[in-house]
Amino acid sequence: MAAGHSPMAQFEIHKWVPIEIGGYDVSFSNASFWMLLAVVCGSALLTLGVKRDGIIPGRIQSIVELMYDFIERQTVGNVMGDAGKKFFPFIFTLFIFIFFTNFLGLIPYSFTVTSHIIVTFAMALSVFALVLIVGFWTHGLHFFSLFVPSGAPAWIMPVIIPIEIISFLSRPISLSVRLAANMLAGHTMLKVFAGFIVTMLGAGGILSVLSIAPLIAGVLVTALEVLVAAIQAWVFALLTCIYLNEAVHLHDHH
Amino acid sequence: MEVAAAKLIGAGLAAMALIGAGIGVGNVFGSYLAGALRNPSAAAGQQTNLLLGFALCEATGLFGLVVAFILMFGF
Repeated sequence: MAAGHSPMAQFEIHKWVPIEIGGYDVSFSNASFWMLLAVVCGSALLTLGVKRDGIIPGRIQSIVELMYDFIERQTVGNVMGDAGKKFFPFIFTLFIFIFFTNFLGLIPYSFTVTSHIIVTFAMALSVFALVLIVGFWTHGLHFFSLFVPSGAPAWIMPVIIPIEIISFLSRPISLSVRLAANMLAGHTMLKVFAGFIVTMLGAGGILSVLSIAPLIAGVLVTALEVLVAAIQAWVFALLTCIYLNEAVHLHDHH
Repeated sequence: MEVAAAKLIGAGLAAMALIGAGIGVGNVFGSYLAGALRNPSAAAGQQTNLLLGFALCEATGLFGLVVAFILMFGF
């Protein structure tokens, strides 16, 4: 396997238009391009979907309504109830952005923005900041009771409170690494399977005929990746809901 | 050279996280199937929980992959 064809080569960032402002590198890279394309695709789909605004929805409007309903009613409404209404735009935006970056990344020779931990970490950190702001805004210092589980005996508190604090602080890491690692692993696996096909096809004889087997496996893995791309976008949105719900309602009543 | 070898061995060991992820994902789907066969009418309503459990479980195995990548490319 030549160096240029390593399964990791697809994650490299190439600067297309080098820009530097005040010592910071803000170049327009392939990552920026695919992020921009995700925003354009998402906005275009949602705008086109509601343009005709028919009582009987057309194809695009059905897709948009399905996505909207899935997040609005089944995710935000289900987890947070009425308190979730004001957070819905944020969560829906996150969902659409991650959904489109994941799916655009499945196109061969494209770039998966969400496979980079720094991108997902920035999103997870904004969620974490929102949880803190909402928590302290609604409950003040009473927000710290989040770390004290109700119903646990007093003698176990010295153990359980540090555990709760650590688990709270590790949320942005687990939230971001979950998404990035899924994308990274999936795309590496796709590339490795694609490598099998090429190597077997080039081997000649019976092996060339048998290369249909890794091809079928590659198709199936691609199908799995489509599922994972959708699920991970939804899981990110759902966990955001769960974290925000805890900040709004604390432990005791939900 | 020994550092390079240790890196590769460590990365290989980190892949063992998939043992737990495999058991976990199998448990998620197995338990769902067992529950669904006992009460088929309630099965459809739990599919979102099924997928959530699958995704959360699968992710723990991938944390091992991240450790492997950090070992191989991080330092």
